Amino acid sequence: MRFPYSETVLEHFRHPRNVGKIENADGKAIEGSPACGDMVSVYINVDPKTNTISDVKFESYGCASNIATGSIITELAKGKTLDEAKKITWKEASEALGGLPKIKAHCSVLAVEGLRSAVENYEERHGLVKDRKPTTVETVRRRLKKVMNPMAGLDLVRTNLVRDIDIKNGTVRVVIDLPPDHQFASAIKEEITEKIEPLWDVKEVVVEFTE
Amino acid sequence: MLNRPVYLDNAAATRLDERILEAMRPYFFDIYAVATSEFGYSQGIEAREALDGAREALAATLGAAPEEFIFTSGSTESSNVALKGVALALGKKKGKHVIVSKIEDFPVLNSARALEKQGFQVTYLDVDSDGFVDLDKLRESITNETILVSIQHANQEIGTIQDIKNIGLICREKGVLFHTDATHTFTRVPLDVKKIPVDLITVSAHTIHGPKGTGGLYIRKGTSLAKWVDGGFQEFDLRAGLENIPGAVGFAKAVELVTTQETEQIQLVRDHVIDRILAEIPDTVLNGHRWKRLPQNANISFHFIEGESITLHLDMHGFAVSTGSACFSRSLEGSHVIFGIGGDHERAHGSIRFTFGRYNTIEDTNALVNTLAEVVRELRSISPLGKEKKE
Repeated sequence: MRFPYSETVLEHFRHPRNVGKIENADGKAIEGSPACGDMVSVYINVDPKTNTISDVKFESYGCASNIATGSIITELAKGKTLDEAKKITWKEASEALGGLPKIKAHCSVLAVEGLRSAVENYEERHGLVKDRKPTTVETVRRRLKKVMNPMAGLDLVRTNLVRDIDIKNGTVRVVIDLPPDHQFASAIKEEITEKIEPLWDVKEVVVEFTE
Repeated sequence: MLNRPVYLDNAAATRLDERILEAMRPYFFDIYAVATSEFGYSQGIEAREALDGAREALAATLGAAPEEFIFTSGSTESSNVALKGVALALGKKKGKHVIVSKIEDFPVLNSARALEKQGFQVTYLDVDSDGFVDLDKLRESITNETILVSIQHANQEIGTIQDIKNIGLICREKGVLFHTDATHTFTRVPLDVKKIPVDLITVSAHTIHGPKGTGGLYIRKGTSLAKWVDGGFQEFDLRAGLENIPGAVGFAKAVELVTTQETEQIQLVRDHVIDRILAEIPDTVLNGHRWKRLPQNANISFHFIEGESITLHLDMHGFAVSTGSACFSRSLEGSHVIFGIGGDHERAHGSIRFTFGRYNTIEDTNALVNTLAEVVRELRSISPLGKEKKE
């Protein structure tokens, strides 16, 4: 009998590493929300002399792949510089876990995002970020690269599902090349909204599907 | 000593009862002819007798005549035939409107969606926080165009038993056909077509320790139903295809083996699980009505944690259960039933369904609750949610 998960995934799921909260963490982030599925919190402490991650912890409200990715990402991040940590990809995390089922990409990508956001949070709080730029089609496209196409295990942009993006007076309109009654339509719509809405100058996100 | 694994997903499938296998065995090895060969050779007569006997027994369970009951490949086919068969028969003659509840199981729900694509209009009735359809809303929704109302006898996930008697009376009064999916209630909750005005009933053997791939459809005499599976003249020329005689015999045996006493015992085990979990594990909520529910069903949401994580941990301890979490489904959508009763994503995400059967004991379920309490504690300890209260 085989689970659709690797031994490593199950091992991290059963015995997750670095679980918990860091009180007064130097950087922290929450990705996802209980309203739309899984959720991960990532906390980091940074050694300011070397700009490396000295401690990292996570909490997960999620399924097995979410918990396992949270666990592995903390192992991968510890001792890395901030720039290195930000560059850790879902693919690297997935490989370190011996592979994840494609359909689970969307649950597991949150931990990767969480680490990146925790680093960005540290950078913002320590004056390491440049000025806020207005949202462009390119910004939206970059964010859509973080939304998974569950059929392929790759993001929407790389699987050519993004038909159109336009931005007018704070309203971002995204057209996805799937029928509105597609199996994944509502899951994808939720994730897109979740990724684009936090942009500082975005007031509304409209996701449309093709017939 | 525990019987491991402890299987608590009896709504999905059940362990076959050996006595049923024994009843079926001769129809694989000795009397394997088809019933339609009754005029050709004597083995065909025996096959015909076995099929007729099974039909008679199953029809009698519903208070129906034998010619009102056809065998199918299971409840999915039965519900498809009911909805699409009525639509095909009456769509052009009478109207193109069908009413279903929002929390139907997928065979009914997706048949309704398929009809929509063919130009039918479908009303998806809301349910209240326990899962009940509002009878006044149903009455208001029926128009001159309505040809069929399909509302389940009990819900597959939360077990809520609908008031099908009054639903049937409304349909009768308005001159509309009424189909009910009784997959989960058949033999466990009484249903007699002489007392309840229902025109079509979906039933299946797989929920009562019978063989998979065997179901049935009750069709009240005179009901307009077009043939959906074409071929030969089997099943009163309503459903073509080689008769599954071992299946039919097994189905009848499965029904024979269900007793009121057993159902009461199962309910006792179920009640014990609900009472213990709600009393011993904090931040839990029962989904569905406490009493008007399937005797074999419990469905509980565990706040702050996700269902697939719970089921995987339980499996590692030898317990098989199911969840309404989005992570568990191929569509990545949370349970439409939990959303239907007004639950939010979090409630669906952490919902676990326990369904009991013939082979579950009080000891097994005591072990289940003990393990569950540990698993829930562990998962909550790594969850970012629900901690504010404790601090």
